[in-house]
Amino acid sequence: MPDLTKTPAVDEPEVVLAEAQAGGKVLDGGEANGARSLWSDAWRDLRRRPLFIISSALILVVLLMAAFPGLFTSADPASGDLTKHFLGEPKLAHFFQEDWFGYDRQGRSIYARTVFGVRNSVMVGVGVTLLVTLFGGLVGMLAGYFGGFWDSLLSRITDVFFGIPFLLGAMVVLNAFTNRNVWVITGALAFLGWTQIARVMRGAVITTKHADYVMAAKALGAGTKRILFRHVLPNAVAPVIVVATIALGTYIVAESTLSYLGLGFGDDAISWGADISDATNDIRNNPHTLIFPAGMLSLTVLAFIMLGDAVREALDPKLR
Amino acid sequence: MRGAKSAKWVAIAGVVALTATACGGGDDDKGSGKVDPKGIVSYANGEPQNLLQPSNTMEAYGSVVIDALFTGLVHYDKQGNITYENAESVTPDKTNKVWTVKLKPGWKFHDNTPVNAKSYVDAWNWAADPANGQQNSAWYRDIVGYDDVHPEKGKAKKKAMSGLKVVDENTFTITLKNGIPYYQYKLVYKPFFPLPAAALKDPKKYGEAPVGNGPYKFAKWDRKKLISVRTWPGYKGEDKPKNGGIDFKAYTKDTAAYADLKSDNVDTMPIVPNSELANFKNDFGDRAIVSDYSALNTVNFAFYTPQWKKTDIKVLQGLSMAIDRDTIAKTVFYGTRESATGWVAKGVKGYQDDACGKFCKFDPKGAKDLIKAGGGVPGNKIQIQYNADQPHKDWVVAVCNSITKATGVKCTGDAVTDFAADTEIRDQKKVKSMYRSGWVLDYPFNGNFLADLYGTGVDGNKGGFSDKKFDELTAEADKAKTIDESAELYQKAEKELVNSFPGIPLWYNKTLSAYSNNVKKIEFDQAGDPVLSDVEVFEK
Amino acid sequence: MGRYVARRLLQMIPVFIGTTLLIFLMVNALPGDPVKALWGDKPPDPAQVAQIKHDRGLDLPLWEQYLHYMKGLFQGDFGKTIAGNRPILDEITQAFPVSMRLAAMAWTFELVVGITLGVIAGIRRGRIIDTTVTMFTLLVISIPIFVFGRGLQLVFGNELGWVKPTVQDSENLEQLILPALVLGLVGLAYVARLTRTSIKENRSADYIRTAVAKGLPRRRIVSRHLLRNSLIPVVTYLGTDIGALMGGAVITEGIFNVTGVGNLLFQGIARREGAVIVGVVTVLVLVYLLASLLVDLLYAVLDPRIRYA
Repeated sequence: MPDLTKTPAVDEPEVVLAEAQAGGKVLDGGEANGARSLWSDAWRDLRRRPLFIISSALILVVLLMAAFPGLFTSADPASGDLTKHFLGEPKLAHFFQEDWFGYDRQGRSIYARTVFGVRNSVMVGVGVTLLVTLFGGLVGMLAGYFGGFWDSLLSRITDVFFGIPFLLGAMVVLNAFTNRNVWVITGALAFLGWTQIARVMRGAVITTKHADYVMAAKALGAGTKRILFRHVLPNAVAPVIVVATIALGTYIVAESTLSYLGLGFGDDAISWGADISDATNDIRNNPHTLIFPAGMLSLTVLAFIMLGDAVREALDPKLR
Repeated sequence: MRGAKSAKWVAIAGVVALTATACGGGDDDKGSGKVDPKGIVSYANGEPQNLLQPSNTMEAYGSVVIDALFTGLVHYDKQGNITYENAESVTPDKTNKVWTVKLKPGWKFHDNTPVNAKSYVDAWNWAADPANGQQNSAWYRDIVGYDDVHPEKGKAKKKAMSGLKVVDENTFTITLKNGIPYYQYKLVYKPFFPLPAAALKDPKKYGEAPVGNGPYKFAKWDRKKLISVRTWPGYKGEDKPKNGGIDFKAYTKDTAAYADLKSDNVDTMPIVPNSELANFKNDFGDRAIVSDYSALNTVNFAFYTPQWKKTDIKVLQGLSMAIDRDTIAKTVFYGTRESATGWVAKGVKGYQDDACGKFCKFDPKGAKDLIKAGGGVPGNKIQIQYNADQPHKDWVVAVCNSITKATGVKCTGDAVTDFAADTEIRDQKKVKSMYRSGWVLDYPFNGNFLADLYGTGVDGNKGGFSDKKFDELTAEADKAKTIDESAELYQKAEKELVNSFPGIPLWYNKTLSAYSNNVKKIEFDQAGDPVLSDVEVFEK
Repeated sequence: MGRYVARRLLQMIPVFIGTTLLIFLMVNALPGDPVKALWGDKPPDPAQVAQIKHDRGLDLPLWEQYLHYMKGLFQGDFGKTIAGNRPILDEITQAFPVSMRLAAMAWTFELVVGITLGVIAGIRRGRIIDTTVTMFTLLVISIPIFVFGRGLQLVFGNELGWVKPTVQDSENLEQLILPALVLGLVGLAYVARLTRTSIKENRSADYIRTAVAKGLPRRRIVSRHLLRNSLIPVVTYLGTDIGALMGGAVITEGIFNVTGVGNLLFQGIARREGAVIVGVVTVLVLVYLLASLLVDLLYAVLDPRIRYA
């Protein structure tokens, strides 16, 4: 999906599979104990990585901004003053002030809009990620664990959704809604995007279910539910977390791309996507209208992808 | 009923096209190049929606091609007066019911068959038959016998409208159901063009390679890329081309067309993209074109909603006064639009200044007081619906900001993805609060902007507006003996709208374009169409 | 091998039917009447609306429309457009070659530049070049494509004048370079990342240690052993990307005025031409399914341990 960042495309599934296998090996010898060692190993490793520290700090700031935009600016992001239409260049020395990043076409503070735009972008990113992880994860787990008929059925359904060009699917789905708020956009992206996680989860579960400790649990007469949620899931979830973290960033980019096609948030919402796509109109004369929201978007996306990278490397002994 | 909405709507892209007096940049300072009478002009167009049949074409991309290939009976000049083209005269009887058309003799189609009264009457009868699937057939509905040929439902009961009679080779009469003093203006429109007899036998073939009677002859249609027409030496009209032909290049994005225009890959385009409003005068200097265009932007009330059903007119007037049209025109539109002062666009017969009076002037205090006096806006919140596939967002947001600032009424845009969805919501009367509307002249007559939009129950009246007094005044205007008298009576009707306020007039449009270094000059006519036959191309 | 392919082909049938049905239903759920839309904001003529609907089979119940459509499809009949009454097959055969050229260029670009960058970064792990490549790929992924498109068009097309800002002639490959670059940029970043990660993982694999121990030349180790084994995830990605590059170029095609599949889809949605959308998706799904089959077969070539029975 060249145009719409690769949200649903296969993001390194084979690599992820390798990770799952690696995880399985580490876990040999005991579930609870092993899980602790995998995660605590990873944690110990992560704490030492600058990549992890920087990205986590960035994400914390972004989340804080999303929760309490008022902490960062007192300017009103929605109210414009046409006398300030594109007024002046950004005042880079005016830290955290209304005119820090300059004003946009409507004479609104770009800084305030950037701050207030965080919430919608982050909500879409986090919301889609949660939905696809839950749903895709469930489908993948069932297909992988039960195999046979269920695997065929669920895998074919996954293929059906995977076969629809993502951007086209999003265009059709979102066109059906006149009232596009955060739920609608999140739902539409998740509707089309869950297949990736399902595939990754399925692979990881298949690897895990043949592990000795699962066999042992089965032999001891543990119920399906118990095996699934106590033994298989904790060990198969690592690759999913990695893929999901990276995908989160791409969903944020996806929202802005949809805005460019006129399918983003409605006008009563403030969103980076809408601001960036509007700003491409002013790119020649007033590039500052583009640079700040686009920069913030990139920084946020970068933070999530870097976090994902760091987690991946921490979880995969071969990459350490 | 009258001729319905805007004569042309643009299929997809954010392009609007239409009329106005050209006042393009003066040039002639190049002097370098010699004019090549065989040079080809290129125009940034799009792919026509339908086959190239006059009675099946109403969107802008097809219209401009049809206009090059065909010449109708009459046209109008920059003052909105009728000029004769293929017709020698078009005269009504005393009741404006029976119109006699006399053709200029000796005209031919590009296939050398003669253009005679039969070419017109047969083409119209053919196009009126629903079996032939011509989209513009409703334009014949004023003619006696239309309902037999084109019933509401089912097949044609008759093959010909009884109101059309061929008198002799070059004369025919049109009998109308009711007298219409300005009927000749409707004859400007494409369904009233002639077709050669052969085209009626094989419409598909002639739709793909049309044969007309206009200044240019069809050359080729390379689907979604290019339509070429070449100068036809046998043309008898007065607007003989000063160039060798036109290439209509298909674009899907106006920004792409603009980029090409800047690098002389195309010679002109319908309207510059929104993103270049700030730049096009700098980019093109004296090759930039700014010309009047008889179109009007408004924001209308959905009177069927609980919000406006019983609301005092003072509130509506107050909202209008809360909009700082001049500042928005200056900033958001970079001075390329002009604040509207009434409900009729400039450049049409019967236009009057200041019909809206003080209610269309920015007065934040007055606005607030009026709204308060009228009992306030129900819910203290309004929404303006618009289609997001055209560049409306910027001004809708600015209008909203202006209203909120002046009056404290909360206002947001309500973006609908595209024009198709926007139209459907309006048709189904599901607009939540208010909607943006634009009207481009069908014919240069003020009645087109009034009765066709605000008459009770007419097609163009999407907001469910109804004003008895206004209806009476327009009915009177329609019964007038002459056009001038009718226009005057319509002016009275327009003044009456101040008291019922069907919509808020915002701006008069302009045609904004430019031309390349390849040509001497390009002007746009009243309807926002380029006058391509007058373009002189420099030698390469 | 033959049986494997046959089984895979059989599996494609439900996926194919499911995808077309899904998109068909989605398109039909869109608001806006395509026939009435022909009249723009003018009042549509009821007699003709009925006639056009009847002619295109739009007055039938939805399930019957779908059956009709599939029946036609197997006879090579994609139906006709609502606007203009053109055979949809004509539209498709006109748009696909354009998109194929563009996609092929973008794809080559992903393949060559992406793998090269990935290999360099993977081998020189931890060095400046690795960090640079990683940062570059991250940056590309985190910037929306339309910002790239408009930006590069402005700089190279308008300001510097190195290339034509838009595509005048889609058969002129030179004019397709810039759009192909924009189109392939994100994929390139992914290919580079995949290759890098994969190489890094395999560097410490036993067979590489063995090869090193055997004293094989470094160049041979990288090209014959390391690269070949590391390419499996990359091949997967590149395989599924072909279809995506062809059908997903809506924005790139719009910016550079390329009248390919993306444009056809975009106009199809705007005009609610359900049959056009479903027709294009049908072809895209076929491309995607066949590409993923090819990818699976390629595995066997890349990894001798994989055999299809």
